[in-house]
Amino acid sequence: MDVKIYSFIFTMWILMLIGGGLMVLIIGPLSLGSIGGVDPIILSGIKVGLALVLIFIWVFALTKIKNWVFKSQIKS
Amino acid sequence: MEEKIIVAIIVSAIAFFSIYAFTPVLIKFLEKRNLTVKDVNKIGDVMIPRPGGISIMIGIVASEIMLYLFFPISEILAIIITSVLGFSVGIIDDKKTMGGWFKPLALAFCAAPILLLGAYDSNLNFPLFGSVQIPSLYLALVVFMIPITGNTINSVDALNGIASGVTTIASFALAISLFILQNYEIGIACLCLAFASLAFYKYHKFPSRIFPGDSGAVMFGATYGAIAIVGQVEVIAAIAILPAIINSFLFLSSVKKIVEHRQIKNPIKHTDDFKLKSTDENHAPITLVRLLVAKNPLSEKQISNEVLKLTMFSGVLAIITAFMMGVRI
Repeated sequence: MDVKIYSFIFTMWILMLIGGGLMVLIIGPLSLGSIGGVDPIILSGIKVGLALVLIFIWVFALTKIKNWVFKSQIKS
Repeated sequence: MEEKIIVAIIVSAIAFFSIYAFTPVLIKFLEKRNLTVKDVNKIGDVMIPRPGGISIMIGIVASEIMLYLFFPISEILAIIITSVLGFSVGIIDDKKTMGGWFKPLALAFCAAPILLLGAYDSNLNFPLFGSVQIPSLYLALVVFMIPITGNTINSVDALNGIASGVTTIASFALAISLFILQNYEIGIACLCLAFASLAFYKYHKFPSRIFPGDSGAVMFGATYGAIAIVGQVEVIAAIAILPAIINSFLFLSSVKKIVEHRQIKNPIKHTDDFKLKSTDENHAPITLVRLLVAKNPLSEKQISNEVLKLTMFSGVLAIITAFMMGVRI
């Protein structure tokens, strides 16, 4: 069994841990206090937007890894 | 604690033995009524009874109801109703092939009991870093979780034994994680799913004597998703089924739209000795199975075993994650 697929799963796991860290440390406590008077719903929308950017980066990274694994599987 | 151990043994035995005893009866019943489908990966016209979801439903619901009698909490009630709704969505798809969007939309409604019974906590827990409170976003997560897990388990139901095998391994890993996190009631509820899928695996493993059908696979996934939400172990649950998630991710990233799996080009084909190999079609989707056979053709049994080994690996990662939940950086 090729180690690359196990590495793919392991990479997904690491990305989930890092993503969780970013959610808890950066996106969760985000308050935009310096701007002042920001509506909680707008703030919630900004947080959702940032979470979606994170997911996009996550999917982009995994797509690149997936293409690399598949191509290297075919070549070998 | 002793009481909980006794309850765990009782409900696990109900889940396992009800399916173990009832499935042969169901096989005969389905064969008698000619409710069979061709096993496309076998030489000749091998016909397999389907759907085995009826047997799975009896095992899971009977054991979870017994658990509810011991621990009458809304979380277990939410699991029972979500499971039954998941089965209902699957059985509709078994009877009549619906469009690609039917299952995700219908399964989104299956999350309603969790929301209506308030059987969730809006904190999303992550290992090492703690939890984040996202009340509005979490409601969306609950609605998305059941379609994701339901479809994810259903999408790996491509070869003999994979759907039930993956559910068995992931559920045991999730149950262990719940016990590590001292969430005993939901851990026992997860044991019901683990033993139910283990009993069904006996008949579903290569060479299959029965297929779960959409009703069985979707019910496995819906129950798993409900346990993840009410047990507050969403991240751990996702990690435990990473091979199945990879399969869905590979499929969606290559097809780039939600379609019923019967509508797409088969990503694998057979060699002369009936092993499976990757198709030469450029437009066929990349799936986990295609990734596994991209290098060399493998037999159906070999592929099933490889997928189960990958699930064991992700199950170990899930248990490690459960231990990491108690650690703070």
